[in-house]
Amino acid sequence: MSTHSVPQQFPVPATPRVPARGNKRYESLGLVAVGDSRTASLEIPKVGLSEISLSYRTQSGERLLALDNINLQVRAGEFVCIVGPSGCGKSTLLHLVAGLHSQTSGEILVDGHPVQGPGTDRILIFQEHALFPWLTVGENVEFGMKMKGRPRAERKEKVRDYLRLVHLAKFEKSYIHQLSGGMRQRVAIARALATEPDVLLMDEPFAALDAQTRDLLHDELERIWSETGRTIIFVTHNVREAVRLGDRVVLLTFRPGRVKSEFPIDLPRPRHLEDPEVALTARDVLNELREEINRSLEAEYSVGVKPHIEPGVSA
Amino acid sequence: MKRAARFIIFYAALFGLWTLLAELKIWPPYLFPTPWGVGEAIYNGFADHTYWIAIRVSMTRVVLGYGISVVLGMILGLGVASNKFLEETMGGLLVSLQSLPSICWWPLALLWFGLNQNAILFVVIMGSLLSVTLAMEDGRKQMPRIFGQAGRNLGAKGFKLFWYVLLPASLPFIVSGLKQGWAFAWRSLITAEMLYLSLGLGQVLMMGRDLNDMSAVIAVMLLIIAIGYIVDGVVFKGMERHLQNKWGLTPAS
Repeated sequence: MSTHSVPQQFPVPATPRVPARGNKRYESLGLVAVGDSRTASLEIPKVGLSEISLSYRTQSGERLLALDNINLQVRAGEFVCIVGPSGCGKSTLLHLVAGLHSQTSGEILVDGHPVQGPGTDRILIFQEHALFPWLTVGENVEFGMKMKGRPRAERKEKVRDYLRLVHLAKFEKSYIHQLSGGMRQRVAIARALATEPDVLLMDEPFAALDAQTRDLLHDELERIWSETGRTIIFVTHNVREAVRLGDRVVLLTFRPGRVKSEFPIDLPRPRHLEDPEVALTARDVLNELREEINRSLEAEYSVGVKPHIEPGVSA
Repeated sequence: MKRAARFIIFYAALFGLWTLLAELKIWPPYLFPTPWGVGEAIYNGFADHTYWIAIRVSMTRVVLGYGISVVLGMILGLGVASNKFLEETMGGLLVSLQSLPSICWWPLALLWFGLNQNAILFVVIMGSLLSVTLAMEDGRKQMPRIFGQAGRNLGAKGFKLFWYVLLPASLPFIVSGLKQGWAFAWRSLITAEMLYLSLGLGQVLMMGRDLNDMSAVIAVMLLIIAIGYIVDGVVFKGMERHLQNKWGLTPAS
């Protein structure tokens, strides 16, 4: 994987991955970072969530607060993983960024502009593959470009490029049901990348895959990310996965979802799921997460039963 | 092979029974014709071009009427499925209207359009429109929501979203409704054609009655069945097979 050369045809977003410290342009604009240089970037964040809250009415009529005052800044080219127990609203958060739903209050900025509905600068990859079964693999990858009205020749070329990137060039003419689960998610990644979004939003994309396929796709995703320089927001309930992939892991609380803590992951890449450092870091994250998981378990079990997980249980 | 054998045995037995009953001459031949009498009627009908003309006229009408139904039904069905107000008000009306045989529109159609082609078309449209509408409404609801979300996410909106995402995504769920709509359109057409000098198959059928020629009546009945069966087998079965190949399952079940 690591021997892969960078294909020139994949446009890399203009903003550099690592923020240039002391950038003159931003200093003159007065946007110099204060305090901790890790959390306060020198640039306008690629994605900025400020004071996002979401509440909705349940069928029984009561008001449920799903997300509560979420603040999160994602740098251009950063790989951010969001973890939390099921029911913390992490998937909902991605749908908000994708513009498929709107928040009750707060503001989502992409490149400093507020999000108003879906846009092809942010593409969401769903947990259940949402590929179109009536189209071939190639036509699926082509779809976003077709909607944008790109010329046919360009589309065909890009389809080939992106299918090659996910190692599926041979399957351009296949239908979706002919592919395995792992292959489908690779097509979904190719389809998302082909619309050339700045931000990839991934909603537990590997949750339904077997362990071997998932390992493989972690490697592939890390390679694709480093080759294309996209910003990725990756939602998962798997702490180990988050630590293995992310530059930063953001922990959400259980109902309502709030940012509980953030963990910068400074481990060298490429990483592996079995790396001891990954396991150790994952344990730190899990220690914080455990309380939230237990709260979510309590909500799921009947009154009086106190299910909980103990320290030492692996992630 | 076994299936073919059963097929042959069944139809041979049916044919034999018919021949036997006709040969026993329980009823006079003009009331109960022989198979070869019917065969002759079919041959003559095609030889003097009566059937060719009738088939062409009837098919033109049904294709036109059914085509209009499909377009209108899809728009209506989609409207009803995506608008809560329409769903609550018009949804019930559509279902209750479906219990009305389309030929009941004939008297109104005569008054509105006169005794002509348009009256027949109106009856055909009323016969199949509701099936298509209800099928589209149902299909739109059954269709996994994720396809619509993914489509919008990838930049499809408005007509493009309908044409490239919502329509193909709901097709497996509406194909049986489209088929039912076709069957209703075909039946409504023949019924309406029987009611006046319309040149279509229905009129040729009534002509047989007027001439007391039961061979001709049965010949046209067979023709009507054959055309209905062929369209079903070629157009709709083909469409279903095509969808199954693409989707890799039988989503209609």
